[in-house]
Amino acid sequence: MINFQYTRANDVADAVRRIAADPTAKFIAGGTNLIDLMKQDVERPSRLIDISRLPLKSVEETADGGLRIGALVPNSDLAWHPSIEQRYPLLSSAILAGASQQLRNMASTGGNLLQRTRCFYFYDTATPCNKRKPGSGCSAIDGINRISAILGTSDACISTHPSDMCVALAALEAKVHVAGPKEERVIAFTDFHRLPGNTPQLDTNLQPNEIVIAVELPAQGFAKNYSYLKIRDRLSYAFALVSVAAALELEGGTIRQARLALGGVAHKPWRDSAAEAALRGQPANQVTFTHAADLLLRDAKGFAHNTFKIELARRSIVRALTQAAQATPPSQSDKKIR
Amino acid sequence: MAQTRPAKRNRNPIPAPDKVSVAMTVNGVETTLGVAPWTTLLDALRDHLDLTGTKKGCDHGQCGACTVLVDGRRVNSCLTLAVMKDGANVTTIEGLATEGALHPLQQAFIDYDAFQCGYCTPGQICSALGLIAEGKAKGADEIRELMSGNICRCGAYPNIVAAIQQAMGKMGAKP
Repeated sequence: MINFQYTRANDVADAVRRIAADPTAKFIAGGTNLIDLMKQDVERPSRLIDISRLPLKSVEETADGGLRIGALVPNSDLAWHPSIEQRYPLLSSAILAGASQQLRNMASTGGNLLQRTRCFYFYDTATPCNKRKPGSGCSAIDGINRISAILGTSDACISTHPSDMCVALAALEAKVHVAGPKEERVIAFTDFHRLPGNTPQLDTNLQPNEIVIAVELPAQGFAKNYSYLKIRDRLSYAFALVSVAAALELEGGTIRQARLALGGVAHKPWRDSAAEAALRGQPANQVTFTHAADLLLRDAKGFAHNTFKIELARRSIVRALTQAAQATPPSQSDKKIR
Repeated sequence: MAQTRPAKRNRNPIPAPDKVSVAMTVNGVETTLGVAPWTTLLDALRDHLDLTGTKKGCDHGQCGACTVLVDGRRVNSCLTLAVMKDGANVTTIEGLATEGALHPLQQAFIDYDAFQCGYCTPGQICSALGLIAEGKAKGADEIRELMSGNICRCGAYPNIVAAIQQAMGKMGAKP
């Protein structure tokens, strides 16, 4: 691994001061992605600022009936938090679909948001990659792109965001609380991550001198009708080829409220307001679900090895919405294919 | 013609790193060691404390061979910086047996023939110990899913699941 300096932040303001003072420094919390990238020579911070001891580890009720999750709550604790399991089972399910228990024990809530793509070329320093080295080119576009994006791609980058947790947070319309040199600000979840455009080196709209301090969930948790469906090359401990977070509010057989977010298909958790609008007020059936899937995928574009993802996404959306409507979400441990 | 003297070579362009003092309780023994900031917990255990039971497999958090318990929770020691664990309580495979008696999980792995080459076994057993402490796994499906961070290239999985199920019963884990 590369050599670096190590310091420990005393509080949030101290962390912000330290990161502002050294543009080549990085925060470290769980370290599950950052340490790996440093071993691969992809990330080369001169200094690590340890924020793991900051008091951001609680899950608290908010005044409007939601929950505020501290940025340092480990993924495993969050997935198994009683309030999350009961009121936001979609989030619990998505977290348990990702990584391994060891990694979930280490990884923080804020770090999950800030993890970087697992595109092969981003990791391979012998190849061009616009995300790793802006202007060097994208090796995936004409390379091995089976895992690459089908929505929101650009000529500069076709990588995907790897998180499962973030797909559920996007569907639940979470908010990201951020501290910086001035006052705190709140970023809507869909505005937190970016599409690649011609600046794929920027994954998020977080500024270099800002720190994620909490993720806030609104009151509505869709605890009754939800599904997190993850399709991958092996049944556990693999990144999604396609994942779907579906959440419905039903009145009789009619959809009153619908949320649909996809993972593994874009540079950010993918939501489409037109697809969600097409679900609202409609009967919860195959015809409605298929129409919404077609709408969401209307601009999908495959590359040499990942065109299959378009049909896979279409079927996954229909299945996840069906599971949500029938209140039969997939188990993240019983993987038998029936 | 006068020869130009070659520029004096800087033999040590990067100053030696400051060692950071880290105090940890490892398998019940209080230990203080001086490590560079980039020393992983895995390397600290193996190279500084000579606890080579914990194995380095992929060194990227993908195989689970390096699994140890930090403050009772299973983690990948290859992705953990030792400096960040100052004050922590670490349990490795060497800390499981008591006074010559194998831990029930160790005995179960023998009884159920749950390994072939044995390289993944310390990580498997530490991971299983963490799994039992979590109390979430009830049956074989949950054990398989929650053990998916531990790869066994010999393919001893069915026996690993059986060994954990048996030890779970013996240890009186919550159903």
